[in-house]
Amino acid sequence: MARSIGTSGKLTRARGGRGERIFRAAVTASALLVLLIVVGLGVDLAWESRQAIGRFGLGFLTSQHWDPVHQRFGALPYIFGTIITSLIAIALALFIGVGTALFLTELAPRRLRVPLATLVELLAAIPSVVYGLWGIFVLAPLLRTTVEPFLHDTLGFIPLFSGPQIGIGLLAGGVILGIMILPTVAAISRDVLRAVPLEQREAAYALGATRWEVIRGVVLPYARSGIFGAAILGLGRALGETIAVTMVIGGRAQITHSLFSLGYTIAAVIANEFTEATYPLYLASLFELGLILLAITMILNICARLLVWRITRGAPGAMTA
Amino acid sequence: MRPGRQIGILVSLALAATLALACSSNKNNSNQNKTVGTAARAATQVAAVSATSAATKAPASPAASSVPMCPPSGAANALIGAGSTFDNPLFSKLFDVYNQQCKVQVNYQSIGSGGGIQQLTQKTVQFGATDAPLTDEQIKAAGGDVVHIPVTIGAVPVGYNLPGVKSGMKLTGDTLAKIFMGQIKKWNDPAIKVINPGANLPDLDIAVVHRSDGSGTSFIFTSYLSAVSPDWKSKVGAATSVEWPTGSGGKGSEGVAGLVKQTPGGIGYFELAYAVQNTITVATLQNQAGKFVDPTSDGASAAAAGAIANLPPDLRATFVNAPGDASYPISGFSWVAINTGQSDAKVAQSLVSLLWWVTHDGQKYAQDLSYAPLPEQLQKLDEAQLKKITADGKPVLAQ
Repeated sequence: MARSIGTSGKLTRARGGRGERIFRAAVTASALLVLLIVVGLGVDLAWESRQAIGRFGLGFLTSQHWDPVHQRFGALPYIFGTIITSLIAIALALFIGVGTALFLTELAPRRLRVPLATLVELLAAIPSVVYGLWGIFVLAPLLRTTVEPFLHDTLGFIPLFSGPQIGIGLLAGGVILGIMILPTVAAISRDVLRAVPLEQREAAYALGATRWEVIRGVVLPYARSGIFGAAILGLGRALGETIAVTMVIGGRAQITHSLFSLGYTIAAVIANEFTEATYPLYLASLFELGLILLAITMILNICARLLVWRITRGAPGAMTA
Repeated sequence: MRPGRQIGILVSLALAATLALACSSNKNNSNQNKTVGTAARAATQVAAVSATSAATKAPASPAASSVPMCPPSGAANALIGAGSTFDNPLFSKLFDVYNQQCKVQVNYQSIGSGGGIQQLTQKTVQFGATDAPLTDEQIKAAGGDVVHIPVTIGAVPVGYNLPGVKSGMKLTGDTLAKIFMGQIKKWNDPAIKVINPGANLPDLDIAVVHRSDGSGTSFIFTSYLSAVSPDWKSKVGAATSVEWPTGSGGKGSEGVAGLVKQTPGGIGYFELAYAVQNTITVATLQNQAGKFVDPTSDGASAAAAGAIANLPPDLRATFVNAPGDASYPISGFSWVAINTGQSDAKVAQSLVSLLWWVTHDGQKYAQDLSYAPLPEQLQKLDEAQLKKITADGKPVLAQ
């Protein structure tokens, strides 16, 4: 008996050791695979776009012409459109998303919390193309007849809100994107806010702080790095989102000062023109756009990471990043 | 978990998620497009099936084709093709009928004309379908022995949304080009008033809508504008995507139709099926003979018939602004492109039988799906093209 126990004990330890090794190998392989995919994707995009890179060089980044007939290609209006719509989206999603999260964690009656949170998360389950159709048939007319005239009349002195009100365009694209990334931002913000220790709040209340003061002085500062992370996740989705934006952006490659005007994004032009890109330079230019989108996403993530490090250094409750 | 650590995880998650999205978005979206594009047509297809199911039972009329509908036994029972999305509703119908009758399954990937040409070049498909003919370089890349076989004809109507002008607005080619150049900006412009003397034209901005995605419909439309306006030809040109001087882009014919319908003052072009299904008011266009013609499949067939005398022997030509009183000026072919020197005799036999049927008896399905049937003279030209096809150096069809 004693012997068998001893053996089995030893065996268990041995098996545990092997299991550990397998586990370690599997996890390492997964991590390496992700790295391989990223690097492979970048290399492949660069290789496929070599003809456009060789032909246009850095001029590709600064040219405003996209003319398949005369074989002139430039990315600037698409970069502009991509960044502007994503910024509108993230501004909107942060405001509404964090608001929703605060309501759900701080104010909402317990009975309402679960159904409301589920509803917000349900937004993420709607297919992109449905958002696009909704954008064409509901959002664009609403913007054209109500929202844009209102902004124009009240804030028209700012160039951003000047010009003719068409409905579709940069603003419509940004708003659609904002709604699409809202569930991501709201759900993560809610988790982050819920993670704020109860003691912190109680301590503030004990000092006589009002609810607003607790939220502003304790909850939000504690959670701000997490909320920032939510914003970056949302932004990542907004930059690459294609179909819904394609349907409402207006498909016009131009750089303008007005949010009401038509625009175009990188993802949208790739989706639109890839199938009918009939000669190699055209195809290479579309691949180079893809490469630029990847680069924008990476730069943004690196900047965000640096920013998070800076912010969290002073945040209460955050020791190290 | 501490927020600090959570951030690290979040950021790495963000990176992974973005990349995953970046990788997958293209593929997903093209699939979604296809669904949207074809969903709208499904209704007509269903109608067409019921309308023509009686006809399919009838034996092929011997007068229409001297080649039997089905390939001889022993020929390949599966074919692969890829290309034009414009052809897809028609091809789905035709290939389904062909499979039922001849047990030859045709796998057609509706990935766009550019993709069709590429796959033909790489020999991953046996035929490509395209709305714009291959260029000389493309033919060279695809082996040099590519023939173009017109399989159907499309008319491209110009739709508008103008309160007060319910139907029958007249437009000339020159006016249309100026509208799409952004030179005519208002609906009550003298140039439009002159052609429409009785109409109550409002002082409204013209909102031009074009396709934002590359398409054969755009190719036919810009070819027409290039044919009627030297200014358009030199500044913009004709292609599946061009640098539009003005206007907004809608995704797909359904996107353009949607934007025109919603924007007072809107004008745009789309496939004929969308005008029929969405009941959009369409303009009557002046043709080369000076007559104003409605966009119909008959008008497109007439245009093709009128243009036959001027077609080059390889049939690689647009026939916009064709002569003939009944010709609708914005019409164009869609082609199947194949190599004349086929390596596999079994595949070649099935391919030739299929294409013969598609260009002859198969044409009876065109009109129900808002395509224009090929006129008889053109079928003769197609026959000559098909007779060029050889397998192992021997012609597939008896000369």
